[in-house]
Amino acid sequence: MGVPRFWREIPNRYNLIGVKCKNCNRVLFPPRFICPGCRRVGKLEPHKLKDRGKIVSFTVVHVPPNGFEGQAPYALAIVELEEGPRLTAQITDCDPNQVKIGDDVEMVFRRVGQEGEDGVIYYGYKARLV
Amino acid sequence: MDVGIIGYGVYIPRYRLKVEEVARVWGDDAERVKRGLLLEEKSVPGPDEDTATIAVEAACNAVKRGGVDPKEIGAIYVGSESHPYAVKPTATIVAEAIEATPNLTAADYEFACKAGTAGIQTCMGMVEARMMKYGMAIGADTAQGAPGDPLEYTAAAGGGALIIGKNGAGALATIEGTCSYTTDTPDFWRREMQPYPRHGGRFTGKPAYFKHVTSAASALLRQLQLTSRDFAYAVFHQPNGKFPLQVAKELGFSSEQVLPGLLVVKIGNTYSGSTMIGLAAVLDQAKPGERILMVSYGSGAGSDAFSVMVQDAIETKRDMAPKVLDYVNRGINIDYSTYARLRRLLVR
Repeated sequence: MGVPRFWREIPNRYNLIGVKCKNCNRVLFPPRFICPGCRRVGKLEPHKLKDRGKIVSFTVVHVPPNGFEGQAPYALAIVELEEGPRLTAQITDCDPNQVKIGDDVEMVFRRVGQEGEDGVIYYGYKARLV
Repeated sequence: MDVGIIGYGVYIPRYRLKVEEVARVWGDDAERVKRGLLLEEKSVPGPDEDTATIAVEAACNAVKRGGVDPKEIGAIYVGSESHPYAVKPTATIVAEAIEATPNLTAADYEFACKAGTAGIQTCMGMVEARMMKYGMAIGADTAQGAPGDPLEYTAAAGGGALIIGKNGAGALATIEGTCSYTTDTPDFWRREMQPYPRHGGRFTGKPAYFKHVTSAASALLRQLQLTSRDFAYAVFHQPNGKFPLQVAKELGFSSEQVLPGLLVVKIGNTYSGSTMIGLAAVLDQAKPGERILMVSYGSGAGSDAFSVMVQDAIETKRDMAPKVLDYVNRGINIDYSTYARLRRLLVR
């Protein structure tokens, strides 16, 4: 990921800013330009999502990609936020064997990656068991 | 002085390393270390935590307790000796993460363990001068201790944040006054590009910690015409458990006044977070009308002393965010090898 792309997505990654359609009240994350339900009559506005949700599904990563070597094994989950959108997030601060489908989580601000030792640090959301 | 604390918040990482584990690796006598330092364990940051993430979570808790619109925060100062970037302010990351951007001033402070309280003084001055409605001061660290160095027993991670504003209905405590004492005393330092600090051993005590803390505290008491009996609580910087209790005695404070804010025994020395987490622990239990003395210490060296009077708003604001003990009591114990991995002493 390049620095400009990371920078453009800071509101989404730091603060879970998605969009809400003023026509059908659907909440979307990540943000879209057009409401998939209302199409051209939809009216999307920035919307800050609530930071609570539930684990819909998860996996435990034992063979991590570059940059996550020191963290394996860790749980990677699909989290459904209270307002409906689902997102993929790492479950932090826990033994991955404790994680269960249906667990309540809160979204927290963590280091997600970095462009090597001398590059920019990517911060963003992870989920923590409540 | 017409400024007070509008909100406060802390964050302490979850992992804990016991003195026994460090002593086992280096062949030290754990009981002797525990007696000497008055310390049982220290907090350790997770692999995805750094000073910025700790500062953000503490800041979010302060905003929740303060009940303020983050856009009204006109300044954010993050004090730390472990900023994730050498050049790129942690304060900008915090400001973005609490949605205080873009109309504010922000900067990082460095002054060993007292950089956070230096930020409080800056915010006090700016609020008093009507330059802004609220200012936020944060002290946060992921402290480094070289493997085998006595510092390894204590160097911990954690942070505290305060929102400073004018006194009034929103203030959960007023700040009655502040006083500082600063000299050039090389008791502890870290040179550019070096991963670990060095220190002067016993020299960090008498001419450094004790001289600066007692001098700043005494000057403040003289200025406000108060004595130790006027305070319900006293919070001193906590590099270990022994120093704050000893300095309290020298200043005429009892251990009962100090113990409610003495967290080092369970979480270690959180450096810039230390005094601010101590103050938060006291605010978690103090009653309106009680007075708190807070004195930080930063090596190099200097101390900032504050007199804080708790107000009625504490009763409604206290429960709006997690308390210090909520974080202290949720620790997960790890062994030295896990610690070595988390602190990247061992890298795959």
